[in-house]
Parts: sequence; structure tokens; C-alpha cells
Amino acid sequence: MALPAIEEIKAKIEAAIPGASVTVIQNGSPSAQHSLLLDHAHAPAVAKFLRDHAELRLDYCTLVTGVDWPDTETSEKIKVKKLVKAADGTESEQEVDEVRKTKVPGYLEAVYHLFSMEKKHGPVVIRLRTANRTDDTHVPSLTPIWRGAEFQEREAFDLYGIVFDGHPDLRRILMWEGFKDFPMRKDYVPPPDEIPDVAAQAAGQESHA
Amino acid sequence: MRDALLDRDIYEPEEGEIMEVAMGPHHPSTHGVFRMDVKLEGERVIKLKPVFGYLHRNHEKIAENGAYLSAIPYTDRLDYLCSMTNNWGYVMAVEKLAGLSVPERAEYLRVIVAELTRFQNHAGLIGFLLQDMGASGTPLMYAFREREKVLDLFESLSGARMMCNYMRFGGLRVDATKEWLDEVRSLVTRLPGFVDEFEALLRANEILLARTQGTGVLPRELAINASVTGPMLRASGVNYDIRKVDHYGVYDRFNFKVPLGEHGDVYDRYMMRLLEMRETVKILEQALRDIPEGPVMDPKVRLRGLRPKPGEAYGRIESPKGELGFFLISDGTGNPYRYRVRPPSMINLTILEDMCLNHNIADVVIILGSVDIVLGEVDR
Repeated sequence: MALPAIEEIKAKIEAAIPGASVTVIQNGSPSAQHSLLLDHAHAPAVAKFLRDHAELRLDYCTLVTGVDWPDTETSEKIKVKKLVKAADGTESEQEVDEVRKTKVPGYLEAVYHLFSMEKKHGPVVIRLRTANRTDDTHVPSLTPIWRGAEFQEREAFDLYGIVFDGHPDLRRILMWEGFKDFPMRKDYVPPPDEIPDVAAQAAGQESHA
Repeated sequence: MRDALLDRDIYEPEEGEIMEVAMGPHHPSTHGVFRMDVKLEGERVIKLKPVFGYLHRNHEKIAENGAYLSAIPYTDRLDYLCSMTNNWGYVMAVEKLAGLSVPERAEYLRVIVAELTRFQNHAGLIGFLLQDMGASGTPLMYAFREREKVLDLFESLSGARMMCNYMRFGGLRVDATKEWLDEVRSLVTRLPGFVDEFEALLRANEILLARTQGTGVLPRELAINASVTGPMLRASGVNYDIRKVDHYGVYDRFNFKVPLGEHGDVYDRYMMRLLEMRETVKILEQALRDIPEGPVMDPKVRLRGLRPKPGEAYGRIESPKGELGFFLISDGTGNPYRYRVRPPSMINLTILEDMCLNHNIADVVIILGSVDIVLGEVDR
């Protein structure tokens, strides 16, 4: 059974859930798996709609993952008028090139791939984005809709630091409890290998004894 | 004095007392380094939390730091019993991402090695499962005897028994010789006999029936909602086999059935593997009959320095354990910007607690055995 085009799915969602903001994100690769960006407030309702809609029936959430998009800096050259001192000491107004840098804040992204076991179609890709990468890394959890997202959301929390609000058991899953950083982020720097100073340790133990 | 000491040493649990047991990470029944934190009331399981990550080496980060080609040998080490299917899942995702085509002979050879992988994986799983139930040694050795024949074929084809590193995006690393195909043909004629023997060994055994029937039941609705895939899903009666759904490769040319279970218990999962082994033999016979001559590698594909256009792709196959998927994002450079594995073993563990609740602790061992996990893939 063929899946409706992504624009049609967007129209269906917007018709069923008033106020939901859905943006189609085009995919440039030959796979042509386009995705839908959802807003936080309506994401659980949209997910439930996608799961229960009689025609779509996306009952199977196969893949959940995080993606890190760091802050980027774009620079553009602009012409500015400035007073320039010539060699002989006279000042004149001239056009000078100046580089203006604008910082585009990055974000973390949770990506969900949905299929339908009943209708045997898919994938529909949905995305949730955090406000930034530092202090507001929250997105709503979709584990209450698809139980299969439970471990993978925990993994995205563990390795990317995305906080899934409403997850029943959000703990680190692969790294150990007490680990501080998020190793899959692009700017993660692994700590240097520590070679324990055995001699000093032995001396320390003796002094305790 | 002696009586007083004895009194103190004998431990008598209070009525309704709860005991916490950490099964693993080195318990032999966990098939690797895996831990289950179990809460018991008497012998009855009232809570179970799987704990893993002991084998975590951040496989995804390693792959993101290398070229597209250099991730292939790392995929061998995910589910280290099934390196051929891991290769296939990854190269298929790259082929989708970059829009590459694969020669027909390579597609047939991929089916042949993938089905041989499925056969040896299922044989091994049944062997381990029976071993977990106390059928010590014999079934496992029978399975390994057969598995070894398959691994010998892999070795003569790719140079390695387990870490095959055989597939490439756009085809295969080396072609199979005529002699190799004849060897596979002669093995395949002997496989049904092995399945019969393996089945007769314990299928009607009363202890096996008593321990597996009705144990660890996974209801159909829960299986779907929890993204369970592979033989485990089909044991719960859901007809979902990616070979049939996606028709990837040349699977639409073969005539085979998808076995389905009725009860979703450990016995059904065990039978599912046996029945799939029979279907696998059917596919192998047809693939070996129809395999065409020709190249096994698309000459236009640039293996080194592949730079797909910016975009993303999700490719998936039916691996012996379930749906194995790879999600790739390209930013136009020679390294994948994002590389993600969808590990079937790990996601199938989501419902481990649901299946184990109210069972005896001895049943936990066989319920876990029937999930079929490999920790190299769970922890990545």
C-alpha cells in the first residue's frame, strides 16, 4: 500500500490538530526520505494521530536517534563608509570592505523513523529540535506513544544530552552513572588517557598504614 | 557455643521478603557481558531491569570519524555472529544515500551469504537455548558442527571466518568461484537432513515442552508497540518480514514462506527459528540455481573518496535477529556526518521485563535466551 506524499500527511495533521506547526524538510539525497519538523507542544498529539489514523497507521517506531548541529558562524562581506587617512595626512571618506560575522545558534535534533506493520508502508520521518545545545535541551518524549522508543530515547539522552520530558525512566544507558559529558556531540573532547602513578599510590598507601 | 554460631549462620527469609539479585555481567547465561537487576519474592520475579554498556566502544563515533569505506570492517564487529548481514545493512544504506546500483550477480551472492548467515545464527541460537534449559552440550555441539561448515565457506570466500568484511557499496569485494558455489550446493543438499535431526533431537521432549510452552508470553499488540522485530515478532503472530515487505535485493524472485507463531511464548520462538531454517534452505536452493554470470562490482562506484550529495537515508534489512537498519546523514564530505545503527538485539530487550514478570528466576534465563542477543550489537 502506497504512503501518501509528505505534503499530504502534513495537510492531514494540520486539519486534525489545530494549532500544530508542521514543516516539511526536504532531503537532497536520492533516497528522497523527506521529514516533518514538529513543534514541542503538539508533538505527542501528532504522534498519536500518526499512529492511530486509519489510513496511515504508523504503529511501528523503528529508529530514534539524536543529531548534533553545532553553532555555526556565517561571515559576509559588506561595504562600509569610513574615514581613511591617506599618506599625506588628509582624511577622506571611502568605501571599505568589512567582514560581518553572524552566529547561528545550533541545536540538537531527535529523529524518529516510523513504519506501519499493519499497512506495510513507510518510512515517515519526524523530527524534534531543542531550543539550543546548552541550557534548554528539552523535547517531549514519544515513549508513551511508542514503547519501542524507550531505550533509544535513553541513548539519545546519554550520548547527546537531549532531555525527553515525560520519559518514564530517563537514565544513562551505555555510559556509566556519574559520567558528565555527552560523547556523541561534535565538540566532545575525550579526556587524555590517564596512566596511574603506581609508585605514588604505593607510597601513599604506606604512609596511611 | 557451636549451636549459637549455627543459629546465626542459617539465613531464613521473612515472609514476603524481597531479595535483589544482580544476574551478570559474568553469568554464563547472559551470552556476554550483560546484567539484569532482578527483584525476587521467593523465586518469583517482581521487577527486572536490564543493564548494559559493558562492551560500549562508541562504534557510531568511530564510523563518523572515518570515510564511508572504513566503516565496513567495524560493522562486522556489531553482531559478530552475523558479519555478512551487518555488511549488507550498511552498504545498502550507503547505496540509498548515494544512489548506487548493484550488479545482479552481486545481489544473488548477497542473498546466498546472508541466508547462510541466517542458517548458522538460528542453529547456534537453538543450541544455546537448549543449553540454557539444561540440555548440556549435545545440541550446542550439533549446531556448532554445522555452523563450522558455513564458516569454512565464508573463510574460503572472504578470507575470514567471522569478520568477513565482504560487501562493498556497489557490489562485493571478490567474486565467488565456480568451485565455491559447488561447495555451497553440496552443503545445501545436506542441510535439510541436519534440520530434521536437530528437530527430532528435542522437539517432543517433555521437559522442553514443560519449560517453554506458556513461558515468557509476548502479546501481539505489545510486540508491535515495543518495536520488536525478527523471529520474536513473528512468534507473536505478526506477519512482518522485511524481505517480503521491502523486497530489497532480489528477494522478490524467490518463493518462500514466512512462518508465524500463535502463542508468542518461548516454544514458538524456538520453533520459529527451526521453520525459518527450512525456508532459508529453500531460498538458497533457488538462488544457487538462478545465479547469473557477470561482474560483482559496479565499476563506476568510487570506493575510496565517496562523497554523497548532502542528504540522509535509512536502509534496513531483515537480519537473523530482526530489523537491522543504518541511518546516514551526509554533509557532502567524505565522512558520514551522522551514522546510526538500529540494533535489533537492543530494542528487542525493551520488553524483557514484561515477559519475565511473575516467572521463576530459572525461566528468566531461557526467556533471555529466546530473545537472541549479541552484546557486540547491544552495546556498540
